[in-house]
Amino acid sequence: MSLLDVRGLTRSFYGVAALSGVDLRVEAQRITGLIGPNGAGKTTLFNCISGVVPPDRGSVVFGGCDITGWRPDRIASAGLARTFQIARGFPRLSVYENLLLYGDRQPGERIPAALRRTAPSLRRESELIDRACAIAQRLNLTRVLNDPASSLSGGQKKLLEIGRVLMARPKLILLDEPVAGVNPSLTREIGDHLRTLADEGLSVLLIEHHMDTIAQLCDHVVVMAEGKNLAEGSFAALARNEAVQEAYMGRRR
Amino acid sequence: MENYVIAMAVSAGIYALMALGVNVIWGMAGMVNLGLVGFFAVGAYVSALLTLKLGLPIAAGMGAGALATSLVGALVALITVRLRGDYLAIVTLGFAETIRIVASNTIWLTNGTDGISGIAGPYRGTLSPEAFNLLYLAIVGTIVTVAYLLAERLRASPFGRVLRAIRDDEQVAAVAGKHVALFKVKAFAIGAGALGLAGALYAHYTSYIAPDIFVPLLTLYIKLALLAGGLGNNRGAIIGAFAIVFLLESTRFAIPLVPGVSAVQGAALRELLIAALLIVLLRYRPQGLVPEQLRQIPARAVPPGRYQPTA
Repeated sequence: MSLLDVRGLTRSFYGVAALSGVDLRVEAQRITGLIGPNGAGKTTLFNCISGVVPPDRGSVVFGGCDITGWRPDRIASAGLARTFQIARGFPRLSVYENLLLYGDRQPGERIPAALRRTAPSLRRESELIDRACAIAQRLNLTRVLNDPASSLSGGQKKLLEIGRVLMARPKLILLDEPVAGVNPSLTREIGDHLRTLADEGLSVLLIEHHMDTIAQLCDHVVVMAEGKNLAEGSFAALARNEAVQEAYMGRRR
Repeated sequence: MENYVIAMAVSAGIYALMALGVNVIWGMAGMVNLGLVGFFAVGAYVSALLTLKLGLPIAAGMGAGALATSLVGALVALITVRLRGDYLAIVTLGFAETIRIVASNTIWLTNGTDGISGIAGPYRGTLSPEAFNLLYLAIVGTIVTVAYLLAERLRASPFGRVLRAIRDDEQVAAVAGKHVALFKVKAFAIGAGALGLAGALYAHYTSYIAPDIFVPLLTLYIKLALLAGGLGNNRGAIIGAFAIVFLLESTRFAIPLVPGVSAVQGAALRELLIAALLIVLLRYRPQGLVPEQLRQIPARAVPPGRYQPTA
């Protein structure tokens, strides 16, 4: 059984269909790529899977559990974490706090425990600080841990996005254009991070327009166009697929 | 004169408690609440009525006032949980006006616009006015200190972190696994509780409350105090409250010294001066006197390979 199984997902906005019956399967411990021209519905699909936008029809099954229409925080707690295309986040929180926020099971988020500073809440905070430091070390963010997130460079913001989802120890991460607007050397670095994470057992679904990254990273690629599935397979096979070429380049006359 | 200074210190303390409450709702969670005087009124009326009509002890009345206001706050938050920014501001403004109008018209209970007088104060009958003022100042001072310490704990806790995350981006906070609506309701309930307690303190201090005390201007003074002190900063909330009371009171003495200004013009001039100061402050020091500070945590050296991506 697939880790994520999306069937017949449909969503329209004010009569315009963004998704018209999309199927998607993501296998565990692999990197699956999701590509397609602008407006194909990739981000809407992410929004429907992560609960940010409820789908009109269709089902989303994650780890054998039907999560269709769940609240985003419940989906996140079930082990599905996502990033946003334009590095969004919490500019007025420090990098540390951005990371710690994503930690799972935090007793200190309850008011009585927060006011009494109970031992379990402090212990958990300390564990999460360790985890945040380990992730920051991995992603080269240690030096900026105490800086406000708004002061990071574009590339560091992208790294922080990845760091934040890792804090939640998810089973699956959905990355929306993790290397968009990033310089070539950092693009390689982010690619290496993702490869290592997948080798360590994390499952990844990523939207990306940067085809070298897709070619280099993805075990399996799904192509969407106009709110529908167009094709899927290995990147090499898809690059030769005429329907895919047409979707990107336009129809040959 | 001494008595006057003590009385002003008491009212500054009450302002400070309100500013601390609003700081949870607005400073931390980013929800604009223009109805805070409504919560202040609920606390004042509940405590006054319970002590007067049911003969409850003053402390119990104040506790009940704070609790009742907290519940009202939770209810308002539940109703408005999907509203943001300007819309929330308008609804809360309407809430405060509703409370004021209900208080004016529910004559059998609140005595309408005549207000409620003879509200008990602790040892008011047995102490001299000076001693009573000092005692009350000690009570308010203690409550503000405790409220400040609790607010600081909240701010530094994971709970406070979630509120500040919601302030920055609600949707990302939800995707981070936080039940945004629940946190907003909790923040509103806590803040409203502090506002209600401040209202109860006010009622038992002045011994008289009436609907025309609970006008939107008071809301603006508290907002101003928080902006001046530093939004999101508890120390700033207290400093701002004292600064505002000092400003309001000192202009009372300063304006009559301006030659050729009648009393009515003087009152208008005072408001004008306060408005001008707000504009100057927002223009040149938008972060306030004591800006919000990020908690610094030293980085820990973690052995490589310590982090496992999946549980």
